[in-house]
Amino acid sequence: MQTADLLPLVLVLAAVAYGSAYMRSRAVAAPLGGIRNLKALPAYYAARAALWCAIPALIILGAWAAFEGKVIQNIVMASLPAELTPQSAGHASLTLSQISNLAAGKLNPAMVPDGISSAAVLLQELREQSSRFKSLLVVLIAVLGGTFAWTRVAPTINARKSVERTLQRLFFVCAAVAILTTIGIVFSVIFETVRFFGKVPMSEFLFGTNWSPQTALRADQVGSEGAFGVIPLFTGTLMISAIAMLIAVPVGLLSAVYLSEYASPRMRSVVKPLLEMLAGVPTVVYGFFAALTVAPFIRDLALMLGLEASSQSALAAGLVMGIMIIPFVSSLSDDVINAVPRSLRDGSLALGATQSETMKNVIFPAALPGIMGGILLAASRAIGETMIVVMAAGLAANLTANPLDSVTTVTVQIVTLLTGDQEFDSAKTLAAFALGMMLFIVTLLLNVIALKVVRKYREQYD
Amino acid sequence: MTKPGSHAEREGSQAELIRRSLKRRYRKERRFRLYGITAISIALFSLVILFTDIISKGYTGFIKTTVTLEVNLDGELMYLNDAADPEQIAMADFQAPIIKAMQEYFPEATSRADMRELSRMTGSYASNQVRDLLKENPDWLGTTRTIEFPAHDTVSVYVKHAGDAGYSIRLSEQQQRWTDELLRKGVIDTGFNDVFFTNGDSREPSNAGILGALIGSLLTMGITLVIAFPVGVAAAIYLEEFAPSNRLTDFIEVNINNLAAVPSIIFGLLGLAVFIGLFGMPRSVPVVGGLVLALMTLPTIIISSRAAIKSVPPSIREAAEGIGASKMQVVLHHVLPLAMPGMLTGSIIGMAQALGETAPLLLIGMVAFIVEIPDGFFSSATVLPVQIFIWAGSAEQGFVELASAGIMVLLAFLITMNAFAIWLRKRLERRW
Amino acid sequence: MSISMSPAETTIEEGKTVGIPFSDDPKFHLRNVEVFYGESPAIKNISLDIARNEVIAFIGPSGCGKSTFLRCLNRMNDSIESCQIKGSLLLDGQDIYDPKRDVVELRARVGMVFQKPNPFPKSIYDNVAYGPRIHGLANRKSDLDDVVENSLRKAGLWNEVKDRLDAMATGMSGGQQQRLCIARAIAVSPEVVLMDEPCSALDPIATARIEELIAELSESYTIVIVTHSMQQAARVSNRTAYFHLGHLVEVNDTSKVFTMPEHELTESYITGRFG
Repeated sequence: MQTADLLPLVLVLAAVAYGSAYMRSRAVAAPLGGIRNLKALPAYYAARAALWCAIPALIILGAWAAFEGKVIQNIVMASLPAELTPQSAGHASLTLSQISNLAAGKLNPAMVPDGISSAAVLLQELREQSSRFKSLLVVLIAVLGGTFAWTRVAPTINARKSVERTLQRLFFVCAAVAILTTIGIVFSVIFETVRFFGKVPMSEFLFGTNWSPQTALRADQVGSEGAFGVIPLFTGTLMISAIAMLIAVPVGLLSAVYLSEYASPRMRSVVKPLLEMLAGVPTVVYGFFAALTVAPFIRDLALMLGLEASSQSALAAGLVMGIMIIPFVSSLSDDVINAVPRSLRDGSLALGATQSETMKNVIFPAALPGIMGGILLAASRAIGETMIVVMAAGLAANLTANPLDSVTTVTVQIVTLLTGDQEFDSAKTLAAFALGMMLFIVTLLLNVIALKVVRKYREQYD
Repeated sequence: MTKPGSHAEREGSQAELIRRSLKRRYRKERRFRLYGITAISIALFSLVILFTDIISKGYTGFIKTTVTLEVNLDGELMYLNDAADPEQIAMADFQAPIIKAMQEYFPEATSRADMRELSRMTGSYASNQVRDLLKENPDWLGTTRTIEFPAHDTVSVYVKHAGDAGYSIRLSEQQQRWTDELLRKGVIDTGFNDVFFTNGDSREPSNAGILGALIGSLLTMGITLVIAFPVGVAAAIYLEEFAPSNRLTDFIEVNINNLAAVPSIIFGLLGLAVFIGLFGMPRSVPVVGGLVLALMTLPTIIISSRAAIKSVPPSIREAAEGIGASKMQVVLHHVLPLAMPGMLTGSIIGMAQALGETAPLLLIGMVAFIVEIPDGFFSSATVLPVQIFIWAGSAEQGFVELASAGIMVLLAFLITMNAFAIWLRKRLERRW
Repeated sequence: MSISMSPAETTIEEGKTVGIPFSDDPKFHLRNVEVFYGESPAIKNISLDIARNEVIAFIGPSGCGKSTFLRCLNRMNDSIESCQIKGSLLLDGQDIYDPKRDVVELRARVGMVFQKPNPFPKSIYDNVAYGPRIHGLANRKSDLDDVVENSLRKAGLWNEVKDRLDAMATGMSGGQQQRLCIARAIAVSPEVVLMDEPCSALDPIATARIEELIAELSESYTIVIVTHSMQQAARVSNRTAYFHLGHLVEVNDTSKVFTMPEHELTESYITGRFG
């Protein structure tokens, strides 16, 4: 049985456990003079049985499903005769897909070596065995758990407490998923990054000014080495982000100020949702807009002015990214400005200050730390934004300060290196993870600082 | 006060001073207001431009160009005498009757070059269409049938976009003449592009549809919802109601806040390394996509659910505790139902974000070219935004309008979801 | 507030105020003032004169409209969208709510001190200098220094802060902060100072200092003070006005209000039967 079928089966078993424990608790209570003589309501005995039935079984099922593919793969690969044992990771993945295609019947067995076809048979066999064992084990554990809890329906046992304790633990596990995710992220980038630095020295990566990761297929080809200097990616990312911030910060900030200070409630109720709409547009849509409308427009405009512009310019990507970030800046600024106590505003207005004077001299300075925090968060967003730059910024790693040139960014390179045909273990693939690690560290730092600043600011007025 | 005696006098001069400064100050005030209005105008103008651009580019995506021909399914012409024989079907020439049918209108087109141009009036899947029809109805062999073919991409572009600077016409002059003629005769026609809603992706714009991506999105979102919503709500309950204030709790909170701001592409790396690399899950499948998006959406759901729990008045908690309910009973019986609309609102907004997300899915292989409509959580699939990305980057001109049309479909979904969330929030506000 | 013991049978006649509400030489000439928040009335037909250089105290149970009425005098209610004001409010014979009237100029003439001290998060010096700066009252740095020093002296704060003018104002004690707010208000040399329960957030010692200060300031300013404390009203004011549920029930010389109130409600209030 497959995981997808076992899951509902376990749930059905849990329901059965619930029902039978419920009935048993009523039966136990009846001679004692009703359910009030139980330590807990029948529903709690029932819930306890259901939990006992489902949780261990689901844990086993999850663990099995997570690792069975990998384990079977390893056994099959180990079974290959020596002459067929793959030499490189790329070859290994090729062999593996050959074997699984064969097992799925998509490939004619006559077209592959004997070793491969017997491996395919082994694969099929192992899969069936694993599936059988898994089903058996999961059902067994579910039934055992349910039965155990069923036998322990007794008036002296407070099932409510144990159910509540279990639920609370479950809730904790859910909250801990956040930690697991972070660990997962760190884990996913760190190993590959270390391996990458085994192939390419860190100094070359961090300070190199040439980025051309396209390693040639044959070692004797020209440029087979590939260059992994991250500086051009860095400058490209910074340039596009800077253009974006240049648009988003003044526009977002001034919009927020106008909306919170001057706009009538009617205007606010119209403009705010429209700005939020700008925030809800998926990035791929902005990417489309940047690549197919803004970039050609900028190129034509530059040509009209006698300037040379690439069809994929940093300016186009930056402009559109700026538009995307406007609502982000404005809503954060709005929060921060509204957090400034009303009494300060009143104090200033009562002295005869105009609204703009109050804004510039009192509210803005008071809100500045919070606004800075918001700007940092926006910057982290700009640096990590992917789709707009993938679609509109280009792939050429130019080290340039001209916004009309095409540049590339860290995120573009991650996507480029990891989509399409990959060779596992090549410096090219590993480089993507090193870039990911860099991106993660930079955005994490920005976020931590920003959140700290914002929190400190909030505490000031709480 | 330097000279108390001249109080009134000094006051007079001061009022004068203030009056004199007023003009300058109000000028500044007006300028400041103007900056604000300009900023808002820029933002709204961008929104308008964005939407008009997409609609003007994309509405033609909902129109298809068809060529309707009287095709004589002549066995001799196709080298086919038994349509029930799969081997013959595999070898037959289904293009010939189509060309023949076109020649009815243009008998002068007999040279090899002309015939090639004729064959490029209908889409390149036209012959497959004839083959499939014959396979299904072997008795049609030898009869004449009216068949509607999708027009070739170049013809479609010419019909829909002649004179539009954004498109280049790639038809020969002769083909243009033919097209004009056939348009006049009603052989070439335009209509609602039903193919767009019933097909998966294709190499040919006239044959490509969004259904595959739509189903892929639904499957992926299904996984995301099933994981992210319960886990997010449970985590929020734990953090708001049960978590002791200790370092672990602080650490969880820091993690959640940071994850909310981690670039989405990093989650793609996580999916690639952990779900595909470590657990050996297949690439390009909705399960992995859904898992990745669930992890990505989780912080949003947790944060909004916590806000919803916080907004439940303490009096309700106290009332329940006062009659001896346990903490868990208070939470499950009273707090959770009252906070549910708020939690749902946050979750819908989180799901809308996930629905529009592209970058992490590129890394886990959901960017593959997939023709079949996915039929399960483990079958290869792509999703709406990725499909838009693929089309936006395709060479054929016809894909641009499909990408725009796809964007409109995506935005329609997002607007519906957000409108629903807003409605829910409005209802919630009415409650207390 | 508990008005359960209030004499329910006592009717308040709208627009009828006992005592001496009018004066020959009024600074403020207020007639038939009504204030609405949306539909609900907060002030019901009040007529009152406030004399030049007097200290008048507004007392009454909370929610009686005394603060709302005070905020009408320098149009601090403008920023509340739903707030509507009717009637005639004149300052030195000029309509306060004339649409052509400049609110900035008005507020420079009618300063205000709030319930909670609200110093700007700036230095002590900058707080006091803020008003003169925005109004362009000082041309030179030395002029500004003089204004700051004079204002702080008048607020009785100079000796405490003269060595740390650059320190953040938010670091001062509550009483000091409130005196700083008074200094800030008088730095623009207003003609009237409105005080909205200026001591409600302060301890008794700080309160005593502010009360002394009010007595000193009364020589050169018209002061309108809203207070919760009848003792305070008795100590600082020349006249006292008693508000009840949006009505102005009684205005009279302070000593008279507290010894021989004319209205039954005033008597109930000052004898502590409710409030």
